[in-house]
Amino acid sequence: MDNPPDTGVSEGMETDVIIVGGGLNGPALALALAQGGLKSVIVDSLPAERRADPAFDGRAYALSLASRRLFAAIGIWPEVAPSAQPILEIKVSDGRAGEGAAPFFVHFHHGEIEEGPMGHVLEDRFLRRALLAAIDSAPGITHLAGMRAVGQETGGDGATVTLDDGGKIRGRLVVACDGRQSATAARAGIRRTGWRYGQTALVAAIRHERPHGGIAHQFFMPPGPLAILPLPGNRSSIVWTETEAEAARVHALPPEAYLDHLRPRFGDFLGDIALEGGRFTYPLGLSLAERFVAPRLALVGDAAHGIHPIAGQGLNLGLRDVAALAECLVDARRRGEDIGTTGPLREYERWRRFDTALMAAGTDVVNRLFSNDNPLLRLGRDLGLGVVNALPGLKRRFIREAAGLTGELPRLMKGLPI
Amino acid sequence: MAQPETVDHPRSADPKELAKFEAMAAEWWDPEGKFKPLHMLNPCRLDYITRQIAAEFGRSRDDALPFAGLRLLDIGCGGGLLSEPMARLGAEVVGADAAEGNIPVAALHARQSGLEIDYRHTTAEALAEAGEQFDVVLNMEVVEHVPDPAEFLATCARLVRPGGIMICSTINRTPRSFAAAIVGAEWVMRWLPKGTHDWRKFITPDELRTMIEVAGLRFLDRKGFVFNPLSWRWSISDRDLGVNYVTTSRRPGAAAGATAPLSARG
Repeated sequence: MDNPPDTGVSEGMETDVIIVGGGLNGPALALALAQGGLKSVIVDSLPAERRADPAFDGRAYALSLASRRLFAAIGIWPEVAPSAQPILEIKVSDGRAGEGAAPFFVHFHHGEIEEGPMGHVLEDRFLRRALLAAIDSAPGITHLAGMRAVGQETGGDGATVTLDDGGKIRGRLVVACDGRQSATAARAGIRRTGWRYGQTALVAAIRHERPHGGIAHQFFMPPGPLAILPLPGNRSSIVWTETEAEAARVHALPPEAYLDHLRPRFGDFLGDIALEGGRFTYPLGLSLAERFVAPRLALVGDAAHGIHPIAGQGLNLGLRDVAALAECLVDARRRGEDIGTTGPLREYERWRRFDTALMAAGTDVVNRLFSNDNPLLRLGRDLGLGVVNALPGLKRRFIREAAGLTGELPRLMKGLPI
Repeated sequence: MAQPETVDHPRSADPKELAKFEAMAAEWWDPEGKFKPLHMLNPCRLDYITRQIAAEFGRSRDDALPFAGLRLLDIGCGGGLLSEPMARLGAEVVGADAAEGNIPVAALHARQSGLEIDYRHTTAEALAEAGEQFDVVLNMEVVEHVPDPAEFLATCARLVRPGGIMICSTINRTPRSFAAAIVGAEWVMRWLPKGTHDWRKFITPDELRTMIEVAGLRFLDRKGFVFNPLSWRWSISDRDLGVNYVTTSRRPGAAAGATAPLSARG
């Protein structure tokens, strides 16, 4: 292109795919498309310095095995692998604050599936920076940092996105990676459905005395689940759910009081704990777009489906959209089709809607079942989990689900080239 | 209407067949319109076609313009559902249709898509008589509509340059094809107007192979196009040629304009 890359965009900038949103899914999609010979422009409202910030802010992701394969395929896994903590075991148990885990619990060990560790925990800062470095060096990807998309037009022969500086980008397709409140989806008239749970997730990183041994924990407690995800060293990332009012109160507490509140839930199996990095809150809710595609538009990640982050599946689901959409578009390009037409888009929607509805329904049911203090339900739950633990076949299925290995996997998530 | 007066004795153009298609021409590019079944089948056909061309001419589908330098004829091009993808992949495309009404529709759409395609209101016979030759001849879903398939295929074979290939698809003559193509597609689903197909004109894979070989081409490959009513999509099958199927054959001899290592295949 004959326009300077970082000082606004001239009329007539042309590409194949215009990606609105520069978080994690947008850059991952651009890299996957580049491997299949498709060019893209990423419109990212955040300035590049924010994306490149090396400080640990407390956020981390539980990456499924399938997501790791995608990262390997798009070339960023070698960059982040040294900073990723493998999850060797997952322990799921039912508990009440101060009582510790109930006697029946599910214990998932990676030895029960043949593909190796079922996942890795990776801090946001490493992932973010690796993606940024990769898109800035990949051919065919233009990264417009600190610019906002303010309008879009789609027609029979292409799509145009208008930027806040008045510049226009033309392409075959627009992909919305701009989150739960996707302005891109709203501009296309796509409605959303969903509900709030009246719960808020509190996210923080902690340092602890004793090693975690690569074990991830999920405690189901009446206010909501507590997940402990191992980070490299004696550190863990925690996601902890409380009712909205309680979460707001706890979030406002000074660090020591926050920890005092956390300790009885956490238990003492990792020794004493201290906060590291920032603290975050995320109101929980399910948000599903009525359609995942419109003429010359596809929705990816939270723009299509924001789910309860109970099992760390939000990013994994988004990356599955990325891999599936990239495959549909690259296949269409190889067939000589116009990639923004109904055929490839409908293929993508059919592929992803089913999985997403299933996962959203699944996490919703699990959450409702476990966020309850009814003694009968508790007993059923304990027995239910005990039963899962006793049935190797069923458990293997659960582990494979957590590792992202069920459903019709895109090629990039099977370890194959696009 | 629609006696194709401008064409001299178009033996491949049965006037009744032409009239049916003229009436449908404007609907070509609507994926939910009358040509919905063709739009549904198209990705599967294009998968087969692009893979075969890439393999036979030593091209990679991952290149920007993998079919650059190849001259391609799309017989019965209709609205350009195959011509446009081929042009987008770099081929120099001639789209021929004996139904005059299809040509402006196809040309208009190609212009909108920013593609250069030479659409002509002509027949395979007229092109062969003019001595035109192509690296690739696409002969898709046409044979079952012509009055004399053997003669038509002989004409098509003359249009293939030595070393070039013909890809030909049609519908098998089996009880299942009657159920699927006539009862299913025309009577029940109303995907196609009644009378689009005449089951008796359907051709078995062995009959087609014989006709292609008699025409002087070497038979290379055949596959089925199978519709799965549960997933609601088409896929390529190695074994099931019971309804829709496709073949690739090559005209022996060195490739003229195309790349070399063809004659060693077999």
